Amino acid sequence: MSRIAARFQSLAAQGRGALIPYLEAYDPDLETSLALLKAMPDAGADLIEIGMPFSDPSADGPVIQAAARRGLKAGATLPGVLAMVAEFRKDNAETPVILMGYLNPIEAYGYDRFCTDAAKAGVDGLIIVDLPPEEADVIEKPAEDAGLDIIRLVAPTTSDDRLRYVLSHASGFVYYVSITGITGTRAASTDDLKAALPRIRAATTLPVAIGFGIRSPQQAATAASIADGAVVASALLATLADTLDAEGKATAETLPRVLEQIKALATAVQAGTVSADQPA
Amino acid sequence: MQAARQGFARVCPPVPHAGKGRVLTYAGAVQGLVPSGKPETCLVAKAAPTQRDTGAVEPAMADPVEHGITATQANSLRHGPDERGHFGGWYGGRFVAETLMPLVLELEQAYNTAKADPAFHKELDFYLRDYVGRPSPLWFARRMTEELGGAKIYMKREELNHTGSHKLNNVMGQILLARRMGRTRIVAETGAGQHGVATATVCALFGMKCVIYMGATDVERQSPNVFRMRLLGAEVVPVTAGAGTLKDAMNEAMRDWVANVADTYFLVGTVAGPHPYPAMVRDFQSVIGEETKEQMHAAEGRLPDVVVAAIGGGSNAMGIFHPFLDDPSVRLIGVEAAGCGLDSGKTAASIERGSPGVLHGNRTYLLQNADGQIDEAHSISAGLDYPGVGPEHSWLNDIGRAEYVGATDTEALDAFQLCTRTEGIIPALESAHAIAYATKIAQTLPKDTLLVVNISGRGDKDIFTVAEHLGVKL
Ligand SMILES: Cc1ncc(COP(=O)(O)O)c(C=O)c1O
Repeated sequence: MSRIAARFQSLAAQGRGALIPYLEAYDPDLETSLALLKAMPDAGADLIEIGMPFSDPSADGPVIQAAARRGLKAGATLPGVLAMVAEFRKDNAETPVILMGYLNPIEAYGYDRFCTDAAKAGVDGLIIVDLPPEEADVIEKPAEDAGLDIIRLVAPTTSDDRLRYVLSHASGFVYYVSITGITGTRAASTDDLKAALPRIRAATTLPVAIGFGIRSPQQAATAASIADGAVVASALLATLADTLDAEGKATAETLPRVLEQIKALATAVQAGTVSADQPA
Repeated sequence: MQAARQGFARVCPPVPHAGKGRVLTYAGAVQGLVPSGKPETCLVAKAAPTQRDTGAVEPAMADPVEHGITATQANSLRHGPDERGHFGGWYGGRFVAETLMPLVLELEQAYNTAKADPAFHKELDFYLRDYVGRPSPLWFARRMTEELGGAKIYMKREELNHTGSHKLNNVMGQILLARRMGRTRIVAETGAGQHGVATATVCALFGMKCVIYMGATDVERQSPNVFRMRLLGAEVVPVTAGAGTLKDAMNEAMRDWVANVADTYFLVGTVAGPHPYPAMVRDFQSVIGEETKEQMHAAEGRLPDVVVAAIGGGSNAMGIFHPFLDDPSVRLIGVEAAGCGLDSGKTAASIERGSPGVLHGNRTYLLQNADGQIDEAHSISAGLDYPGVGPEHSWLNDIGRAEYVGATDTEALDAFQLCTRTEGIIPALESAHAIAYATKIAQTLPKDTLLVVNISGRGDKDIFTVAEHLGVKL
């Protein structure tokens, strides 16, 4: 069984959903982001998403754009991101790691080689924002051969017919983009989420995680209990950005504050309560 | 990543070898100079055109190269793209976030329906004639021809269209489509501002809400167009990310579209973006080539020998090329902005100095580094300052049906002045790149050669930039 499937199965047995925090590789530098990655499981991360910085993140809001810019400035490359994961795997064998990014750097790396190297480094799944199933043939076979899941995004604009088509190309889990918009802008209401989930469940047996716009512990707990997991990205990156000094360098505050926020999110998700409707 | 560079700071450092009179050779692709992880692709792609002389060209049916790129239709090059939106099975496509996929599919359906509907064409023809002012003339440039002493130079006068460029041909088609689709809000990206002005114009004409994204650098160097757009009632949003040019404006327009899917139509200004945009914009711009063909027949009783057009995203070039794709005797030349020189590192020549990759919804030649990060482009001309190119051009390059060359900032400035002085036509700096290369080869061609250069726009918007470079204070 893959690490992703095993993790969702054991959480289901505990009767709760997953907290999936996000970090941008090399943000604001390799050492800090690696230290953050290594500390995330103990802070309560059930799965971890690592952003692969790209020069033109056209589906992302200002917070992730800025994080990607910092990562690139610090020298992030795909080989560097994979080396980070390999380093993490030296003392963590269970926490699933998902890489999230855009297609072009992967195409430049070479699909076969990337999938082989990513699996070898200990990556479990890929989320490629600008790769709809219509174009995914370039990577589906090499990913499958390497044992990597291709995690599919679905959105409020995805019709029932299209859900079935998209999810026939999915593995690992399904990422429900809960708003029509870019990352980190607004949040979906509890009612919207409750209405959306049955539609997705009808089209797949895979676990469903909700992302885009989840900021507070309360929102994370709600999303993780309506679905099977909650992804928190912009809120953590904004906290990280807030701790940087005038030159954009990490400070003594950086790790503690981001980890503290993850702990608060994890506590709420583990308590597993659905809050009343509270659009952000 | 760089902070936004401001205004006229975007000039070339002195490069000793980049002077006038140096013949630009096609495909100077030197392996070590190609900023890409896959330089071999470029070399394969460029092998065919270099062997060509100035004479007639076979319709290139090159051997299948990497990824099975072949001319999909044995007997016509005009049927592309395939149902996936791919040209030659590899370029183009639909590389967008899932939120946008249903919209892109809906657009394709709406466009196919409109294309098959005579009422749509009738409506478009009406607006093209009575509002845009088509057909545009094909002008024999007698004085320029005499001065250069070679090929007969004809100019396709797209600068005479309402709003001063070819951009309105496409915008008119798409706004009618947006209306049919019931959309009420239009977003667009713009570089030189010509597409933004054209879009703001039709939004005024039809009473629609209009938001234009424009790089902050371009807002400065094209300030007359910014003022025009605002007069026309559009909201102009300066984009400060990256170098503040067309690439950044495109990212921001896509973000707006994703966030406003219900009422918003994304009116793309060139033959790029996810399918169906490259094919649709090409279709709307093909009126340029169709008229040229007819007008040349009327003037000379035959096809032209050479057609030259500037390449930003590639819409004016695709528009004038497409009706000639199946006429193998017609040599098609796309002129990219070489910026400070093809090998200066400050260029916008995506085909000549880039490699295939995926950006802004399609796979095409891109200026990128070995890690697949997109490079900043450089050109004196805001409308050409883009690190990508329409996917159909990438395919036409690889199969050798069209040639892609470069003209530098300096060459464009010289051509701008030559055209103004000899023909009384002030061309857009974008078009001046095409004129630069046309004048260069015209001198080497026999006097009975018929050469058409596409004057894609007029240069009023550029006089401040040109004055600055000529050291004149306005
Ligand atoms: C006058 C003019 N010509 C050419 C271009 C380049 O675009 P394209 O290559 O799509 O024709 C522009 C773009 O702004 C333009 O304004």
